[in-house]
Amino acid sequence: MAVQRAFGIAGPAGLLIAGIALLIVVERDGVQASQMGDWPAPFGITLVADLLSAIMVVLGGLVGTAAAVYSLATVDKRRARYGYYSLFNLLLMGVSGAFLTGDIFNMFVWFEVMLISSFVLVALGGERPQIEGAVKYVSLNLVASALFLTGAGLIYAMAGSLNIADLSQRIPELESQGLVTAVSMLFLVAFGIKAAAFPLYFWLPASYHTPPSDVSALFSGLLTKVGVYALIRVFSLIFVQDVGITHTIILSIAGLTMLSGVLGAIAQFDFRRILSFHIVSQIGYMLMGLGLFTPLGLAGGIFYLVHHILVKTALFLVSGAVRQLHGTLSLQSLGGLYRSQPLLAILFAASAASLAGIPPLSGFIAKFVLVRAGLAAESYVIVGVALLVSLLTVFSMTKIWTEVFWKPAPPGQDNVVTPVPVSRMKMAYLLLPTATLVLLSVMLGIGAGPALDLAQRAAEQLLNPAEYVEAVLGARP
Amino acid sequence: MEALLGVVIGALFASGFFLLLRRRLGHLIIGIGLLTNATNLLVFVASGISRGGAPLIAADASTPPAGSADPLPQALVLTAIVIGFGVLAFFMALAYRAFRSVGTDELDTLITTDRLEGDVRMAASRLASIAQEWAPDVRRTNASSSGEADQ
Repeated sequence: MAVQRAFGIAGPAGLLIAGIALLIVVERDGVQASQMGDWPAPFGITLVADLLSAIMVVLGGLVGTAAAVYSLATVDKRRARYGYYSLFNLLLMGVSGAFLTGDIFNMFVWFEVMLISSFVLVALGGERPQIEGAVKYVSLNLVASALFLTGAGLIYAMAGSLNIADLSQRIPELESQGLVTAVSMLFLVAFGIKAAAFPLYFWLPASYHTPPSDVSALFSGLLTKVGVYALIRVFSLIFVQDVGITHTIILSIAGLTMLSGVLGAIAQFDFRRILSFHIVSQIGYMLMGLGLFTPLGLAGGIFYLVHHILVKTALFLVSGAVRQLHGTLSLQSLGGLYRSQPLLAILFAASAASLAGIPPLSGFIAKFVLVRAGLAAESYVIVGVALLVSLLTVFSMTKIWTEVFWKPAPPGQDNVVTPVPVSRMKMAYLLLPTATLVLLSVMLGIGAGPALDLAQRAAEQLLNPAEYVEAVLGARP
Repeated sequence: MEALLGVVIGALFASGFFLLLRRRLGHLIIGIGLLTNATNLLVFVASGISRGGAPLIAADASTPPAGSADPLPQALVLTAIVIGFGVLAFFMALAYRAFRSVGTDELDTLITTDRLEGDVRMAASRLASIAQEWAPDVRRTNASSSGEADQ
């Protein structure tokens, strides 16, 4: 048990350190590529790290470490014995593999590594709501995988390659561009399901609130973002022939995702389900950056991705701490936490305000950049939707705030569980990672200059794939 | 041969999706199984079916001899079959657990996590308390029944 815990923390922490080292190298020397098994580029499997991948790996390590420390307080003996920590690390491996791979089929394999460990993590514990959530989660993700593989097969049939850099060279030379666009739609649907974009997001609010909070924090921070990452990667390197069609579709999907997610959240009265619906609505903002497909838009999308991973994980960790303390997450039976847990309340307030986009927090900068990019691209509808959704976000964050933290604790209702005594040590495990994430997101808001700079350079790398292609194919001996 | 396989793949996809839309857990599993296999076949056919020789490169050459088969789709399919098999096995175990804990394989019964039941009750009690505040002399039974009417 102690050994498992030690490795469970050492794994993500090592990933975080390696990720930071990678980011520093990529930032200094440009795109890095490495050929697995020493097969030259288009034939073997390539691992590539450009700025976007490196940023994502760092975030993966960060969220992983936070959730691992947090789980010291929440994981019981039974889940640990059934391999919680090993699955946790396996999941992180799949996620970082998907971020770093430069090969479409290899990406499929990493997705499956990530999915199978997430399947088990969702169901581990075996309570009825968990099993119900898991059935929905598993079946929709399996359909997405099948579609993804179909797309990969078709693209191999057309272009004769699966290497992303090689594909970005070969696709423009193909005659039947209509077919390419059709296949790109398969990828859009497959990754759209994984990223929980409209109208394919229904599995997310149905399953993310069922597993224990450590798991749902990890999922909310990373899994859907892998889908967004894959969309950005594929629609900036491979499918850029017909931007008028594909990226307009992405843009309208983005708007609908934002709107339907936030409207779903308004109807809910459960802490974590509100948060789950907000994940959906935030995915819309990231897709908006991709849909605009301008340097500023993509930079905004990437900045939003970073901001969202930090803040959303922090919010889920807060909800988990509330559940540890009170045994419930229903807004009606909670209350008075501002008085009993002022630190927790402050952490929630800071991240909720950041999520809604109140200056000077990171969410404000992210939305500001996106809105400016939208205005510059003269897509006024999406800008209007983005602003409206952010107003509605304030509304539902206020709902949680007043119900959970401000209103006096509901007296003597029969469904109130008496607060479970939580030891000081456990409380530290609960609060430390949350506080770190919140602090980082506040710093991201205040020191936005350098971060935005980095995001802009990442966006430029995406829009000019020459460097990426050269790093992969030019490395031929 | 390819045309025939194309029809088979199409039929597999169609029946897979049809089964996905059914309301039984068992049908769902079979549907996903068919879907995975349709995909595998599609990847297999992707580079065309040919009676080529083994793509072995002679010691003094750098490319395989002409007319040899494309080895890549086969490697891909092998990987995909293994993955699909493993995932499907997990899904069957999960479905069995779901059947054990719910007691039926009707997918429509798996909605307890989506319900808003408690929340409707909460809204009703809120309305009742607001009614109490505005019209304190109205009898409590009236207030609660008006709350229920507003559900």
